[in-house]
Order: sequence, then C-alpha cells, then structure tokens
Amino acid sequence: MSRPSILQKIASSAAVATPAPVARQVRGLSDRAIAWLFVTPTILLLLAINIFPLIWTIQLSFTNYKANRAARGEKFIGLRNYERVLGDADIWISLQTTAHFLIWTMLLQVLLGFGLAWLLNKQFKGHSFWTTLILLPMMLSPAVVGNFWRFLYQPQIGLFNYIIAFFTGADPSSFQMLGDVNLAPWSIVIVDTWMWTPYIMLICLAGLRSIPDYIYEAAEVDRASKWRQFWSITVPMVLPFLMLAVLFRAIENFKMFDLVVELTNGGPGSVTELASINLKREAFEKWRTGYSSAFAIILFVTVFGVANIYVKALNAVKQR
Amino acid sequence: MSSAHPHEKPWGKRLAAGLVILYALVSIIPLIWIFLTGFKSPQDSISYPPKMVFSPTMEGYVNVFTTRTRQTPEYMETLPPPETWYDELVRSRSMVIAGPSKFGQRFLNSIIIGFGSTFLSVFLGTLAAYAFSRFKIPLKDDLMFFILSTRMMPPIAVAIPIFLMYRELGLADTHLGMILLYTAVNISLAVWLLKGFIDEIPREYEEAAMIDGYSRFQSFRKVVLPQATTGIAATAIFCLIFSWNEYAFALLLTSGTAQTAPPFIPTIIGEGGLDWPAVAAGATLFLVPIVFFTIMLRKHLLRGITFGAVRK
Repeated sequence: MSRPSILQKIASSAAVATPAPVARQVRGLSDRAIAWLFVTPTILLLLAINIFPLIWTIQLSFTNYKANRAARGEKFIGLRNYERVLGDADIWISLQTTAHFLIWTMLLQVLLGFGLAWLLNKQFKGHSFWTTLILLPMMLSPAVVGNFWRFLYQPQIGLFNYIIAFFTGADPSSFQMLGDVNLAPWSIVIVDTWMWTPYIMLICLAGLRSIPDYIYEAAEVDRASKWRQFWSITVPMVLPFLMLAVLFRAIENFKMFDLVVELTNGGPGSVTELASINLKREAFEKWRTGYSSAFAIILFVTVFGVANIYVKALNAVKQR
Repeated sequence: MSSAHPHEKPWGKRLAAGLVILYALVSIIPLIWIFLTGFKSPQDSISYPPKMVFSPTMEGYVNVFTTRTRQTPEYMETLPPPETWYDELVRSRSMVIAGPSKFGQRFLNSIIIGFGSTFLSVFLGTLAAYAFSRFKIPLKDDLMFFILSTRMMPPIAVAIPIFLMYRELGLADTHLGMILLYTAVNISLAVWLLKGFIDEIPREYEEAAMIDGYSRFQSFRKVVLPQATTGIAATAIFCLIFSWNEYAFALLLTSGTAQTAPPFIPTIIGEGGLDWPAVAAGATLFLVPIVFFTIMLRKHLLRGITFGAVRK
C-alpha cells in the first residue's frame, strides 16, 4: 500500500518549491523505487539458484546427457526418459517404500504428538521445562543423529537392542534392526518419529491453546460429557493446526534424504531406499543425468500438486 | 488462556505430568548416550551389556581432532617423554599423534558457511520482507507463494544442475558457492518470518518519522529496523540452524575445501569401524550449540517451524 496522500502532497509541494537536487535529497527514493530495490535481489537470487536449475533439469530430462561424460554431448530424445522412469520397477518400489515411510511416520507422529500436546495443555507444574526438553531432537542435524542411531541399533552392543531385550526378555543379538529386511523399514520410522513427534506436538499445542475457555464452560453448562466436548470442540478446533503440521512434515518426509542415508543408506538391499535416495544413486552414482532429471521433475510435480490440493482442503477446514 | 481446563481434577494433572515426563526422559536417552559415549574408551563403548558406569576419558575428543599412527614398542621406547596429556593418552594406546585431523577445518567450514549464508539471507530477507509488508507490489501474493514454493523442491532434484552450473563457474566445492546456495534455500524462510515480524510493527511509527522529515529509507533504517531486532535475531538463528544441519547439498557438492561437518562426522569412525567415542565426541561438539540455540529460541520456535503461519 502506498503511503498516505498527505505525505505525498507535502513531499511533492516541497519538491516544487525547492531546486531539483535538493528536492531529490528531501524526497529520497520514491516508494516504488525502494520496493523494487528491496525485492529484486531476493528474486534474482532465487531465479539464479532455484529457477534456472529447475529449468535446466527440465531441459536435461529430454536428453540422454551424462554428467560424467560431458564431452559426449547430449541428444534430444523426447519423452523417452519419462517413459523409462514410469516403466521402471525399481522406481515404483522406491515410491512404495516412501509411501510406507510417509504413512507410518505421519500416523505415529499425529497420535503421539497430539496426545502429548493434549497432556501438556493440562498445564501441570513444570510443563514448560519438559516441553523444551521434548523439542530438542527436532532441532538437531538429521544426518548426525541418523549416524548415531546406527550405533544405538547395533545388534550386540547397541543401547536400543539392550533396552528392548531388557523389557521383552529376548536375546539382544537375536534381532538386527538395520540388517533385517523386515525390521529395517521400521527402524527408519522409529527414528523419524522420535525426531519429529515434537514438531506435531508443538503445533497441536498452539491449536489447543487457541480454544477459548468459555466454549468449554458453555459446554459444561449444557452438561456435555467430556467425551462429547473432546470430539465436538477440541478435535475440530485443533484440526486446521494439525493439518498444517502434517502438510509441512509430509512434504519434508516425501523428500527425506539425510537421516535415512546415514542410518541405512537404503539398505539392506534396497528395502529402505526412499525416492530421494534412489534419485541420488541414479544421478550421482550411475550418472544417468537425463534419466534422473526426468525422475526429479516427476517427484517435484508430485509434491507440488499434492501440496496444492492439501492447501485447498486446509482452507476448507479453516472456513468451516 | 493460562488455565485451559479450570475444572481439571488434580489426579488428572498428575497423570498427565507423569506421562509427559516419561516420554521426555525416554526421548532424551539417545542424546544422553551420545554425550556419555564421547567420554568412553573405545572398549567401553562397545562392551556388552552397555556400560552406564565407566571411567571417563578424553580419548574420543583427542581422536576426533588428531590422526594417529600405530608404532612398535621398540620405537615407542626411543621417544622422549610425552609433553602433553594428550600425547600421553595416545601413547598409552601404543600410537603417536601424526597430525591434526580434518575435523577442525570441517567445523570451521560449517561456521564460515553458516554465518555467511545467515548474514546474506537475513540481509536480503529483511529488505524483501519490508517491501512486501509495506508497499503495493504487483502480484504480491504470487511472489510470496513463489518464494515459498522454492522450498518444496527436493534438494537432490536441483543438485544435478547446480552441480553442473558450479562446475562451469568454478564454484564447486567453494565457500562462496555453498554460502550462495544456502542463502537461496534460507531466503524463503527469512522473507516469510520477517514479513510476519514487520507486519506487527505499527505503521504509525514510520509515518510519524516521515512527518518529522525522515525519508522512507531513513525511517526504515532508524525506526523499523530497531523495532524488528528480536524478529531479525530469531530469524537469523533459524537460518543458522538450517545451514548448520544441512547435509544433502554438502554431501553432493563439496568434497574437501568447503565440506561442512555433517557429511564428515560419520567418516570419523576410523580403523575397523569401531571408534564410536570419536564419532560421539564430534557429534557432541556439533550438536551442543544447537541445544543452546533451541533454548534461546523457545519463544519463537513455533513461528519458525511453520514459516510464520502459526504465532502464539
């Protein structure tokens, strides 16, 4: 919004009355000039380091270029890379792995995160201290944390196995979280849930705190049961917050790379090879640049499309 | 909204407290374990059952900062007596210090790239956020959404052309290249967060200043900036944490000169893959600053993690 007209009138009348160089000094830059001066560097940076590479990726996805054999040049091959990606069984398996990871992490984190927020909202003594303690894991470096969890998951010496064995009586070397094809997909779900439950919790907590007391008081007057109050007041009012949290986390987990690379690096075999890890192998180990560019575009379009649909749903919930 | 449930029964509160504290204690175990392992000897770190009580040693910290070579007992006897406590510690393992490890340099890279990109993103972000907050800009909402959408791209997807582009421009594995890249990733967060903070500063302040003869630019510098200090500081810490923790780009685009600590720490593991105390020591040094920052940021955390969408 441009500034109030009185100011402009003062400025322009001053400009008429004074010689040009002085007037320029008095007025300084116009609002419009400042607006563009302030916004342009950011836009240019994003164009150079985000949009230009994205366009380049699109261009590469139509070629057979290989970055490790740049001298060979590139040939336009139309949509063949896209056909190959969509017909590649490995890609579909990695997308299934990603879906499994995404669904379970979101489910566990929503249940745990909402539960914790609900308990924290009872405002017991010292709740603020415990909240801060619970929040710590999500701020740490996923790669470093993932690497360290590999140590906790060691079959014989790892703390995780020891604790599970302690409570179940099983032999701590009888199961390998990272080495077993059935357990490895769960090992990444566990670490991600440990790390990111606090995220959902914090946002749900904000949702719970936004519910004014008088709504509950009115419900008490109407003799609504606690159970009724929970389902017809608490849940609907927290839902927009919860959906926002799930949106952010789902986008991040769809792109998940660092934590899982350091934890399992896609193994054993390829049972934890998420889409991003598969993409990295194609692009930076097999150097199939054109092919992996096509895959990258497909992934980006998927995230972007799903996120847009989700935002629409979110707005619908908010307006209710 | 301080007392959310005024009719809550006291035992309900106690049960809630018990469950939350149980979760907090369980979830903090891995972090305590990292910290403790850093002070164990390699033997203690891989003993079964896991040792809760052990005699602490600085070996992990010495190992993370040095490279060592194993020597024969005959050679060890020819050496003059050790000059420092860490020399002594290494010799007790029949090794001598060959030189510093790369850890210090990788850590320094993390600091340089972290602070460099944080400064740039906050600088550019403040300018853009002010403009978005105060001026009529054509397609403002679309531009803001465009800025946010750059964050949705999987890093690996843009890593391919950035890798090619940096190779052409000579920016591959340089501090400048990484600073620019992290700035581009952080700027969306910086603009969104700072716009929220600047929106909260009443326009009347600037208007009053401009009536007093300040130009638009002067009123931005002398009125708005001082008011936005807290918001700028909080935003800066969020940007710093992101750059500090970033892994994918660092792994794919750097190999030596500009490599940051996250891709390096896992490689500390050393001969036989058993030097967990050194890994833990490196991880501890790397994670501790973030713990402090998190505590400092506590009040703004919610805002930061939701791009300013949720404020308290």
